Amino acid sequence: MKTRRRREQLIRLCFFVAASISILVLFMILVFLFIEGIPILKKVSLVHFIFGKEWYPTSSPPDFGILPLLVASIAVTVLSAFMAIPLGVMTAIYLAEIASGRIREIIKPVVELLAALPSVVIGFFGMVVVAPFLQDTLDLATGLNLFNASMMLAFMSVPTICTISEDAIYSVPRELKEASMALGATHWETIRRVMIPASLSGISTSIILGMSRAIGETMVVLMVAGGAAMIPTSIFKPVRPMPASIAAEMAEAPFRGDHYHALFAIGIVLFLFTLCFNLVADHIAQKHKQVGAATL
Amino acid sequence: MKSRWMVLIAASLLFLVSGTASAGSIRMDGSTTVLPIAQKVVEAYMKERPDVSISVSGGGSGNGIKALIDGTTDIANSSRFMKDEEVKLAFEKGVYPVPFAIAYDCIVPVVHPDNPIADISMAQLKSIYMGEIKNWKEVGGPDKEIVVVSRDTSSGTYEVWEEKVMKKERVYAGALLQASNGAVAQTVSKNKVAIGYLGIGYVDKSVKALTINGITGNEETALSGKFPVSRALFMFTRGWPTGDILNFINYVLNPQKGQKFVREAGFVPLY
Repeated sequence: MKTRRRREQLIRLCFFVAASISILVLFMILVFLFIEGIPILKKVSLVHFIFGKEWYPTSSPPDFGILPLLVASIAVTVLSAFMAIPLGVMTAIYLAEIASGRIREIIKPVVELLAALPSVVIGFFGMVVVAPFLQDTLDLATGLNLFNASMMLAFMSVPTICTISEDAIYSVPRELKEASMALGATHWETIRRVMIPASLSGISTSIILGMSRAIGETMVVLMVAGGAAMIPTSIFKPVRPMPASIAAEMAEAPFRGDHYHALFAIGIVLFLFTLCFNLVADHIAQKHKQVGAATL
Repeated sequence: MKSRWMVLIAASLLFLVSGTASAGSIRMDGSTTVLPIAQKVVEAYMKERPDVSISVSGGGSGNGIKALIDGTTDIANSSRFMKDEEVKLAFEKGVYPVPFAIAYDCIVPVVHPDNPIADISMAQLKSIYMGEIKNWKEVGGPDKEIVVVSRDTSSGTYEVWEEKVMKKERVYAGALLQASNGAVAQTVSKNKVAIGYLGIGYVDKSVKALTINGITGNEETALSGKFPVSRALFMFTRGWPTGDILNFINYVLNPQKGQKFVREAGFVPLY
């Protein structure tokens, strides 16, 4: 009896350790990020770092203003959200409500496969196929720009938005739909007035998770966004989002130099962004928890 | 107990001393531009001389030279000659650095093959990269906006460009920064109105190399110093090298051995 209890405890401990490891790893990465990033504040003030318009990390004297990078990241994420949300949510509604079983069985795995596409492949596609196409058809100076990058990022966030939204819509209780139909509402009215409001929390969560994927995505923006550290004046101008800057410059930045610390500080900013997104998503999911018919 | 500790400390000290004094290891630090050459040469050298181990790191030219003066490295790679202050500091510490030019770095401006422009002046290049000239017609081309493609500010290629063409002025912020020579070639070859610059080893048929003031950028003009956007790359040693270090430097300078890898890395060999 005693050995059994001891074994029980041992197993419990094993699982506890396994669960703690991810927290520990996250915590250590965070500590490292802050240790390496904070020293830049000795060289430039926080206000100048965030709102400085000049990013010239290697000229002498250097300038560490990340406003163009910050604006680029936000612009790319918002624009990609404008493309990905209608596409993702509408696909989800179609799959959950309208499509017949067989079509659903074909489309759903294909959408999920889109999520499995490596980002470097999407980036390459954007660089080699989409950029020249945009240049020729819209007569732009360069196809490597904000619009192209947003489009590629939208490709990447559609599967996230679609899959989670579809699950949310699919799990709306059957009674709700039946009651609506019984009251004489058409299918469209039922979708619009009953199904979507009932699954709104799931849909919102999916959108925010999709956007947080877009803001942190590195390879695509590195290859496709153009890389000009300038505040864009139109959606067809090249931009340089934060992850692209880090990825492109880190390898050559002198170890523990100002540039190195500045890049880590950008990492902190980026981390705070994704943290916010995740907190908001969590908050929405908690607040508007889908509890059957009570949601409406 | 105490004596055991003493033995341990003595042993570790001995180990440390023998570690630094051992003839079979060479430390190398410095320029990231020279790094690809150094890595390729070191790899081949260690295959030929398995008894010698060489550690290579790239902390930048300035750091490499500082490490050489401090004695924490045996060979400093540098993409520039030593500055006067560095020479003075070295002499104060009783160190006499010896430079070896090991390769030339030659950067060529390139455009799309359909671009009618064939020649450009240094002043025009500077104005284009400063964002003052924005249209090809200002340099005798078609009435099209110029798309300026540059390299990331940390790269050695950018460093040469900044030094030789920009003369310390900043490349304007609207320039498309690409992370590698390959990406620049890719961007320029896909864009009819783009201008970029490439290390000479990366110029191929997909882009058109421009002549500067009528001078073609090739190995010959780079070595003779006629082509304006080229520079020598150096390895510095502490005093005249001896033993394994001398052997290694000779290997690097050997046309059949080390210099072969210079071309492989995309630079201009000495011979």
